[in-house]
Amino acid sequence: MQLVLEKRAERSNTIALVSPLIAIGLTIVTMTVLFAILGKNPLLALHAYFIAPLTDSYSLQEIAVKATPLVMIAIGLSLCYLANAWNIGAEGQFLIGAVAGSWIAVKTQGTDAGAWVLPAMLVLAAAAGALYALIPAICKVKFGASEILTSLMLVYVADLFLDYLVRGPWRDPQGFNFPTTAEFDPVATVPLLIEGGRLHLGSIIALLVVAAAAILLGRTIKGFEIRVVGAAPRAARFGGFNANQLIILTFAVSGALAGLAGIIEVAGPVGHLQPGISPGYGFTAIIVAFLGRLNPLGILIAGLFLALTFIGGEQAQIAMKIPLDVTKVFQGILLFYVLACDSLILYRFKLVFPNRQVARGTG
Amino acid sequence: MRKSLLALAAGLLLAGSVSAASAADKLKVGFIYLGPVGDLGWTYQHEQGRLALVKELGDKIETTTLENVPEGPDAERAIEQLVRAGNKLIFTTSFGYMDPTLKVAKKYPNVHFEHATGYKRDKNMSTYSAKWYQGRYIQGLIAAKMSKSGVLGYIGSFPIPEVVSGINATIVAAQTINPNIKVKIIWANTWFDPGKEADAAKALIDQGADVIMQHTDSPAAMQIASERGKLAFGQDSEMIKFGPKTQLTSILDTWGPYYIERVKAELAGTWKSEDTWGGLDSHMFAMAPYTNMPDDVKKMAEDAQAAITAGKLHPFKCPIVGQDGKEVECKGGANLADGQILGMNFYVKGIDDKLPGK
Repeated sequence: MQLVLEKRAERSNTIALVSPLIAIGLTIVTMTVLFAILGKNPLLALHAYFIAPLTDSYSLQEIAVKATPLVMIAIGLSLCYLANAWNIGAEGQFLIGAVAGSWIAVKTQGTDAGAWVLPAMLVLAAAAGALYALIPAICKVKFGASEILTSLMLVYVADLFLDYLVRGPWRDPQGFNFPTTAEFDPVATVPLLIEGGRLHLGSIIALLVVAAAAILLGRTIKGFEIRVVGAAPRAARFGGFNANQLIILTFAVSGALAGLAGIIEVAGPVGHLQPGISPGYGFTAIIVAFLGRLNPLGILIAGLFLALTFIGGEQAQIAMKIPLDVTKVFQGILLFYVLACDSLILYRFKLVFPNRQVARGTG
Repeated sequence: MRKSLLALAAGLLLAGSVSAASAADKLKVGFIYLGPVGDLGWTYQHEQGRLALVKELGDKIETTTLENVPEGPDAERAIEQLVRAGNKLIFTTSFGYMDPTLKVAKKYPNVHFEHATGYKRDKNMSTYSAKWYQGRYIQGLIAAKMSKSGVLGYIGSFPIPEVVSGINATIVAAQTINPNIKVKIIWANTWFDPGKEADAAKALIDQGADVIMQHTDSPAAMQIASERGKLAFGQDSEMIKFGPKTQLTSILDTWGPYYIERVKAELAGTWKSEDTWGGLDSHMFAMAPYTNMPDDVKKMAEDAQAAITAGKLHPFKCPIVGQDGKEVECKGGANLADGQILGMNFYVKGIDDKLPGK
C-alpha cells in the first residue's frame, strides 16, 4: 500500500480557498507544541504574534510601512512571473532606484529647490529601476542569456555601486567619514500621513499600484496577453502575441516598481542614503508574490501578513522573551505549510495498492 | 469544551497581565543587538555586559533584548517597540543605529538612550565607546615581533574611522619594531559573516601573511589561522579556545561596568547625556592574556600596556605621517586630537593600499 500524490483533473476551487486556512491551522498546532517545549505559554505567544500587533494604531502603521515595499515589488514581479519571465534581481532594481532618486536629493541639498524635488525623485527612480531591469531582459531576448542569473548578479553590482557612492562622492561632509549621505531636505522627503507616526505616502502609492495591476490583469488585452504567454506559450504564438516583447515590458514595469519602492524607502522611513537600506526586500518580495498566488489582491494580503509576522515576532521577543530564532522558525514553518497545502489545489492524496509483480518491476 | 477553552485563554491572558503589573515598578532596560547573542564576538560581549548588569541589579531592573536587528529602517521600529514596551533606558549597541536612535530619542524625550560608537547626541541620548586603537597598538608591536614573513593580514569590516584608526595604530606600532612591515587588508564589508571572514583569512594567508588580525566579530579567522599553523589576534571576546596555539591576545570589550554605572545613575535619577570614550585606564576594554609568544615579547606587550594605561604612551604621538608623505597636522598638542582619531580617514605611511572611497 502506498500513499501517492495524484494530479487532479482540474484545480479544486474549494481547496484553493481553504488551503491558507489549513496552513495557518497547522502552523498554530506546530507552534503550540514548540512553545510548550520551550516552556512558553502558547496562547500568550500566539497572541503576541497575531493579535497584539493588530490592536493598536502604532503597530498597524508599522505593518503598513513594512508591507509597502514588499507589495510594490511583488506586484511587479508577479507580472514577470505570469509572463514566464524570471526576474530575480528586484533587490538590485530597488537599490538603483534608491540611488537614482537620491542623486536629486543630494544635488539639491541646502538649495532653495521647490516642491518639484520629490516628484522628480520618484520619476527618476522608477525610470532608473526600469532601465536597470532592461539589461537582463535585453540580454535574454537578444542573446538568450538566462535572465535568472543575469538579474541576480546585477544585484551585487547595484549593492557595490551604492556602497561606492556613500563612501566616496556622496558622503556626508559633516559625518565623520561614516558611509552615509546627509539627511535629505524636507522637500526631498516622502510626507507622513499621520503626525508623529511613520505611515507615509508610499503606502497610498502601493495601494494604487495594486489597483492598477488588478485592472491591467483583469480588464485589459495586455493583461490577457501576459497571462496567455505564461500559461500557454504555443497558443500565444498562434495568437500572434510576441513573447519577447512581453519579457521586455514586464521586466521594465517590475524594475520601475522596485525602483520606486527603493526611493520611497530611502526618502521615507530611512531619510538618507546608506548601505543596508534593504533587509532583502527584493528577495522577500518573491515569496510575497508567490504567497499571493501572483494575484494583485492576494499579494496585498500576503505582504500585510508577512509584515504582521515581522512585527509580531518583535513583540513576542519583547513581551515573551522568545528568541529571534523561534520567530524565524515560525515564519519558515508557515511558508512551508502554505506551499505544501497549495499543492493540494492541483494534486490529491490517493492510496494505491500495487500488485506484487508491478511492485517488483519498479523495485 | 469551547467555553472552557475560552475561559482558559482568558485566564492565561489575565495571568500574563498580572505578572506584567508586578514587574512595572522595576526599571525596564532595553538592548538592541546587531548580531545573534551567540556570535562569540561583539554582540556576545554586550550580552555578557547585560548579564553582569542583571547579576548586580537584577532585583531592581528588568532587561529586554532584541537581537539580529539590521542597521536600516527596521532599527527605528525595533527601538520604538522597546520604548512602547515601557523601557526607560535603552542601549543601542552598533554604529548603524545612530540615526534611528536619534529619531526615536527626539520623539520620546522622557526615555533615555545610550548609543554605542556613534557621534550624535541629544539631551536624552548619550554615546559610549572605547579607545580600542590603544589595544591595536599593543597588537601591532606583538605582530611585528612575531611575524617571520614581515606581512600582516588584516580583515577590515567597514572602512569607517574606528576601523581605520585601528589599522593605523597597528602599523605605527609595528613600524617601531620593523620599519619595512607590510600589511594586506581585506574589507569584508560586514561585521558578522563567518563564511566571508574565513575566506578573507585564507586569502590573506595565501598572500604570505603569517599574523592575522581582524575587526570583524566571529572567531572564523582564528580557526583558519589555527588550521594553517599561523598566529592571530582575537576580537571583542576571548577566542583562545578556537586557537589554543594561535591566539596572541585579544581585545576584550568589557561593557559590564559601564552598563552598571549608567543604570545606577538612571535608578538614582542622576542620568545625564554624556559622551564616554574610555581607554585602558577606564576599563572600557581589556587585553586577554598574552599567549603563544616568547617571554621578551610578552614583557614588551605588558610594558606597552602599562605605559598606555598610565598615559605615558600615546599610539598617535606626533609626528604622524600620512600615505602621501605629508605630516598630519597635530591638533592635540603632542598627539593627534581625539577628533582627528574619531574621524580618521587616511592611512599612515607604509600601508601599501588605498583606503576605499578615497
